[in-house]
Amino acid sequence: MALIKVGMADLNSCKAPNALTTLGLGSCIGIVLYDPKTKVSGLAHIMLPDSTQIKNNKNVAKFADTAVEKLINDMEKLGANKRRLVSKIAGGAQMFSFGSTNDLMRIGERNAIASRKKLKELGIPLLAEDCGKNYGRTIEFNSETGILQIKTIGKDLKYI
Amino acid sequence: MSELDFNNIDGMHLDVLRELGNIGAGNATTALSQMINKKIDMGVPKVNLLEFKELAEILGGAENPIVGILFGVEGEVTGMMMFILEQKSAHNLVNMLMGREISTFEEFSDMDLSALNEIGNIIAGAYLSSLSSLTNLKIIASVPHMAIDMAGAILSVPAIEFGKVGDKALLIQTGFGGELERVFGFFILIPDLASYTTILKSIGMM
Repeated sequence: MALIKVGMADLNSCKAPNALTTLGLGSCIGIVLYDPKTKVSGLAHIMLPDSTQIKNNKNVAKFADTAVEKLINDMEKLGANKRRLVSKIAGGAQMFSFGSTNDLMRIGERNAIASRKKLKELGIPLLAEDCGKNYGRTIEFNSETGILQIKTIGKDLKYI
Repeated sequence: MSELDFNNIDGMHLDVLRELGNIGAGNATTALSQMINKKIDMGVPKVNLLEFKELAEILGGAENPIVGILFGVEGEVTGMMMFILEQKSAHNLVNMLMGREISTFEEFSDMDLSALNEIGNIIAGAYLSSLSSLTNLKIIASVPHMAIDMAGAILSVPAIEFGKVGDKALLIQTGFGGELERVFGFFILIPDLASYTTILKSIGMM
């Protein structure tokens, strides 16, 4: 079994028994897509909600909207069926407690909203999520079981 | 060139940013040295232009706990600034400040945390005031906000700001400290897109 690491503004997909992980999610979101039948999974570590709002948007893995689409394409090449896909998301923390009226600081929340919206648009059910709060998360997705493990400093492991 | 793009940054711009970092960090070190009434040496600042993927590696990996102190930047230049220390370095710095012997690090006390906040304040103030006098622009910092968490999570905040412009982040790395223990700190200045142009114009680079 290989544990495939996904960096910031990066994405990757794999087949069971391999697993996917991304370390230290802050305001970014880890979007997991999964086909339970073929056990093909994909993980994107997105930084920003919307590629259409940014001029320099060549890196599709950076944005919620384009990352999900690229992930689906990649997963289909590994044998996944788009109609069977389900999803889980984690991250979107507000790491610094600035006044929440500042749009700039609410980026985590905006990332979560954009991720949910894109998944809904594509008809991909969101089975579970662990978003918000003010701490970093390391996540690991087990393609065999479909369980997402969430690790946080000073807290117990969480499984969704 | 009307806008700065970190992917197309040329050597000259990098030199300017390095120089800004150098002067700012030098001032900050002097301020710190006066505060603890001890001589603090400073190494030559290193400008790191990094891909997001490799950003956390410079701080010991994405899961390594670090201290991040974030300031809003206001005035003629707007944006944010962050001062980052590895936990061990933060501990050494507090020890220097409090005149304690170097001991093994366990946990920050409330006193340590408030000292760190104060260090952040002084460093940011000195850093921004040197930038201000160099550019003749009015630049002020907000109150500090501190977080201690995984490097990846803390760095996601500045990275997202850089992400709006390009696919790289710019970090100014400075090492300072006494003879015994060196402290490595990182400055990240993230002007808003418009402010970058303002800064470069003010020093005749654009």
